[in-house]
Amino acid sequence: MCSILGIVNASGKLFSASSIIEGITLMNERCNGLGGGFAAYGLYPEYKEYYALHILLKDFEQKDRVEEMLKEHVDIYKDEEIETRNVQGISQDYLPWRFFVDVPERYAHDADNYIIDLSMKINDTGNALVISSGKNMGVFKAIGYPDQVAKLYKLEKYEAYMWLAHGRYPTNTRGWWGGAHPFSILDCSIVHNGEITSYGTNRRFLELYGYKCSYFTDSEVLAYLWDLLVRRHKLPIDVASEVLAPPFWEQIERMPGEKRRIIEALRITYGPAMVNGPFGIVIANSTGLTGVAGNGTMVGLSDRIKLRPLVCAQKDDYTFMASEESAIKAVCKNPDIVWAPGAGKPTVATVTGDV
Amino acid sequence: MRIVANYKHYKELNEEVVQAIKNGAAQLTLEDVNGQRFIADCLKGKLKIDIYGTPGNDLGMFMDGPTVTVFGNAQDGVGNTMSSGKIIIHGDGRDIVGHSMRGGKIFVRGDVGYRVGIHMKTYKSNVPIIVAGGRAGDFLGEYMAGGIIIILGMHNTAKKTEILGDWVATGQHGGAIYVRGEVDDSKLGNGAAQFPMTADDEMTVKKVLTEYCRVFGLGLDSVFETDFTKIAPVSHRPYAALYTCE
Repeated sequence: MCSILGIVNASGKLFSASSIIEGITLMNERCNGLGGGFAAYGLYPEYKEYYALHILLKDFEQKDRVEEMLKEHVDIYKDEEIETRNVQGISQDYLPWRFFVDVPERYAHDADNYIIDLSMKINDTGNALVISSGKNMGVFKAIGYPDQVAKLYKLEKYEAYMWLAHGRYPTNTRGWWGGAHPFSILDCSIVHNGEITSYGTNRRFLELYGYKCSYFTDSEVLAYLWDLLVRRHKLPIDVASEVLAPPFWEQIERMPGEKRRIIEALRITYGPAMVNGPFGIVIANSTGLTGVAGNGTMVGLSDRIKLRPLVCAQKDDYTFMASEESAIKAVCKNPDIVWAPGAGKPTVATVTGDV
Repeated sequence: MRIVANYKHYKELNEEVVQAIKNGAAQLTLEDVNGQRFIADCLKGKLKIDIYGTPGNDLGMFMDGPTVTVFGNAQDGVGNTMSSGKIIIHGDGRDIVGHSMRGGKIFVRGDVGYRVGIHMKTYKSNVPIIVAGGRAGDFLGEYMAGGIIIILGMHNTAKKTEILGDWVATGQHGGAIYVRGEVDDSKLGNGAAQFPMTADDEMTVKKVLTEYCRVFGLGLDSVFETDFTKIAPVSHRPYAALYTCE
């Protein structure tokens, strides 16, 4: 269950939320109203030098406490409530707020990690959750069907060059605002369909590198694993994908010498980063990754034995990745090409235009 | 009779289909179909249903008799546990085509996805048949207990991918898979092996493909330019040794 959809424009052209909403809504059968969310890239061009922290707060009092905490660590350039409207069926459990912040000069050499540490510190307080922390991007999520969440956050007001969307059908943990997807860390966001049986192993592995899991749901580890592998360890996308969805040993044995040695080394080094269990995921990054030219990437990946669906399509400079072909057809009636990527093989779309 | 599906919910669309049949329609054309699930499910008898667009998951589930033609691609679970009838897909099929199928035919012009024909079985005189003109993903014919799967590996002009994925016929204990071309033994899962094509096999393949080629307007001769490989189970109980209590 769960529905996932990603749409990206390779030229970096901004487009409205209407297509991502229409596409994800078509798959409402895959979710049950206990979580919906969106990630949007290219949201804040006028503040693109600043980290945009989207924070879910319990109330205004909590907001003051978080603001105090932020002031101790970063310079707040601007902050405001993220506009919402009343939507029937959604209870306003949280107060969403955005802060545009800058890292003090003396920490500027390691600004990204500084922001991650700060985000995890805020999450640790309970009652406040940093749901995204990248530049020129943001995550909007809540309990509800995706179309309700879009209404709640007035998504019709935003434009982006890359969108992710998710409709949740919680199976193992409760539905709550924080547990909705996307999960995001810095500029990386991820939407996931499936369940991660290796969650405990992945979580302990990530804790060794300073990541703290605080959303009570398996999908969270995917965002941190991707951050560790592609941003911190600078693995190329296809190599990082081999870590998350490695080939079986019997397949490795049949590989030519050089490739076999690389894959063996990856399995030995990153064994606890392997993601076991069924998954279909779409990941977005707004910065260039190792081996990828350009300003952004969208990656679609399924588990190594394809236990969850993933279909991709292209039309002109748009790329689509979805749980179902019909979600793509809902917003793009005649794609140039439609295909189903192979198990464990990443599909990569890059943004080469200016954003 | 023509029904425009457009953005109708599958419940509404399928109720209209059932109502039309109750009113005596034997031929239906569904237009602008996009993602509606369970189309033609449980329908019985000599009906003809043409679908334009992308039908949703579980197309033709438990179907018993009708002929469904899709002018486009299908989604997951085509012909799930179908009993008889025919599903013709002019585009690609996705994962678990013919899941637990026990009779009837599924003809796909293009590729099919993962776990195609999983758990399919012969039931009394019913022999389910799946033919794909393109390639198939991993776990083709997994736990297959009966029936026929034919993979042609045609339309693969880019030659980018192999005709078969890995672990073909894992746990197979009945039926046969015929593949156009040679197959490396490393592709086969536990319980299956390659066998020489007998005269009976040749006849079966020819009979099925004659109908397949007629449906899609393909030349039968070009299909038989390449020899076929047969994959069948080595045992009727591949996992017998796993159980200690006999």
